[in-house]
Amino acid sequence: MAIIFKPSPSLPPPVTSVGAVAWVRQNLFSSPLNIFLTFFSIYILYLLLPPVVEWALINATWEGSSKAACTAGGACWAFIGVYFDQFMYGLYPEAETWRINLAVILLVVMVGAFAIKTINKLYLSIAIIVAYPIVAYFLFAGGVFGLEVVETSLWGGLFLTVLLGVIGIVASFPLGIVLALGRRSEMPIAKSVCVVFIETIRAVPLITILFMASVMIPLFLPEGLNFNKLLRVLIGITLFSAAYMAEVVRGGLQAIPKGQYEAADAMGLTYWQSMILVILPQALKLVIPGIVNSFIALFKDTTLVYIVGMFDFLGRIQAANHDSNWLGTTIEGYAFAALIYWVICFGMSRYSMALERKLETGHKRN
Amino acid sequence: MTNTNMARAQLAQGEEAIIEFNDVNKWYGDFHVLKNINFSIKKGERIVVCGPSGSGKSTMTRCINRLEEHQKGTILVDGVEMNNNLKNIEAIRKDVGMVFQHFNLFPHLTILENLTLAPIWVRKTPKKQAEEMAMHYLERVKIANQALKYPGQLSGGQQQRVAIARGLCMQPRIMLFDEPTSALDPEMIKEVLDVMVQLAEEGMTMVCVTHEMGFAKTVADRVVFMDAGEIVEANEPHEFFDNPQHDRTQMFLSQILNH
Repeated sequence: MAIIFKPSPSLPPPVTSVGAVAWVRQNLFSSPLNIFLTFFSIYILYLLLPPVVEWALINATWEGSSKAACTAGGACWAFIGVYFDQFMYGLYPEAETWRINLAVILLVVMVGAFAIKTINKLYLSIAIIVAYPIVAYFLFAGGVFGLEVVETSLWGGLFLTVLLGVIGIVASFPLGIVLALGRRSEMPIAKSVCVVFIETIRAVPLITILFMASVMIPLFLPEGLNFNKLLRVLIGITLFSAAYMAEVVRGGLQAIPKGQYEAADAMGLTYWQSMILVILPQALKLVIPGIVNSFIALFKDTTLVYIVGMFDFLGRIQAANHDSNWLGTTIEGYAFAALIYWVICFGMSRYSMALERKLETGHKRN
Repeated sequence: MTNTNMARAQLAQGEEAIIEFNDVNKWYGDFHVLKNINFSIKKGERIVVCGPSGSGKSTMTRCINRLEEHQKGTILVDGVEMNNNLKNIEAIRKDVGMVFQHFNLFPHLTILENLTLAPIWVRKTPKKQAEEMAMHYLERVKIANQALKYPGQLSGGQQQRVAIARGLCMQPRIMLFDEPTSALDPEMIKEVLDVMVQLAEEGMTMVCVTHEMGFAKTVADRVVFMDAGEIVEANEPHEFFDNPQHDRTQMFLSQILNH
């Protein structure tokens, strides 16, 4: 009779390799160099942190009506307080800013509704992608249901920044995908159009495109056929971002093994079916870090609209710095701008990481 | 040959060809990979294609559903010529299932979704019906309990059985196998071959590129041996293994059988 093979039981890992002490030992004090770096970092923090905290919090002035009120020697946050509405809404009439707030709340509620299990996600997506922009547009611009008309030249501040960023992202993403597919297409005309577009746009600075959009296009268009500057700038930003997005997506498409394309073809799926159902879900998942990278870059690039005379968040802060009542508050203004940009961009980055984890189906075993 | 095999062989003789190669030539750049292939496969026939690597056996099989294009000659599948007409190609691909060496399951979809994708989108089968059919075929390949897992969570043998079930869900008239067991651990080869034998016994037209000679002996109606882009010899397995006509075939067989 044969000997019966019985697998040995699996044992837990040794205790020394888990727990807080082990973590500190492994990560902070594993070698002489590491010990030195740990203490050096602590020393740098000791040098930097106290003065920053003292300036930003302990000696800060929170209220006042001019720079003269800030006598404590720390940050003059009163400046931000006084200008807060302008930083948020630009020159949008104060009595009408509830319309922006309402649109933001509406969007948050609609996106939040995805968490409700019983809701039809398809209808909700259509509502957000199709219905919401129309509602938001009329809320912002007015002119219907007795809402006062607000010219787009008055739109500004963080409102304008987020508007440019969100529309740029939402519009450039599908356009970038189409460009990437076009560039990999076997149809010579579609392919060359996409290649020329991508390479031209990528070879030109965004500032040039914004100048073209705001100054050159009106010169070329016939008298009377002039359209909104905000719209022109938005189109410029979208096209610019789409070219970069296309190359990121192309990287993803190239990383998908040939076998996936073949399997989809062999089943009789059409080109678009195989792209939408099989290839793109995998390719886009692979390049989430690159996509979000482009989104973050786009969001920060929107500050360049300042040079074509649009006062976005950063533009409003810089303009406020010229107020003679508040001379010498440049640092506070930029610190505030940095904080807000950081919060938004860090949020995007964390969201992308969560999304990557959620979509991971590769090697986890139940 | 068993009785059913005998009966099927007679049946096959009476019927006309479902796949026909006429003077098919193909080049990869300057490399002449298929040279004057003339071959026809009858409905219900089970063909095993073997030969050294680079002999063109995979390429020939992949020409049947036009994953590869040939440059000269004609290939008729079910009476339809495989040319640049996209409509024809898509129509034929509906009826030709394919199983790949590396499974090529879609990793972002569950097993069940892998199986229902083509029926729902290509055949326009209602989702519920497609899922019932998928579960039926998953049971046949003895893997129904894994339906909601992702391919990455399954072993190679399980994945390949899923791939076969995925092909069957389109209720194809022809199944192509491109080295289905070459990427598997030895212990998993049998579970895949068992499924293929079962399929063969049910009368599916099969073209199978493989080096599993045991499978060829028990299942094939004809064994095709290829070398350097040509069909060197094609014969029923009994004759092919016991009485190979060509010296190249004899050498190949002596190398793969005596080790």
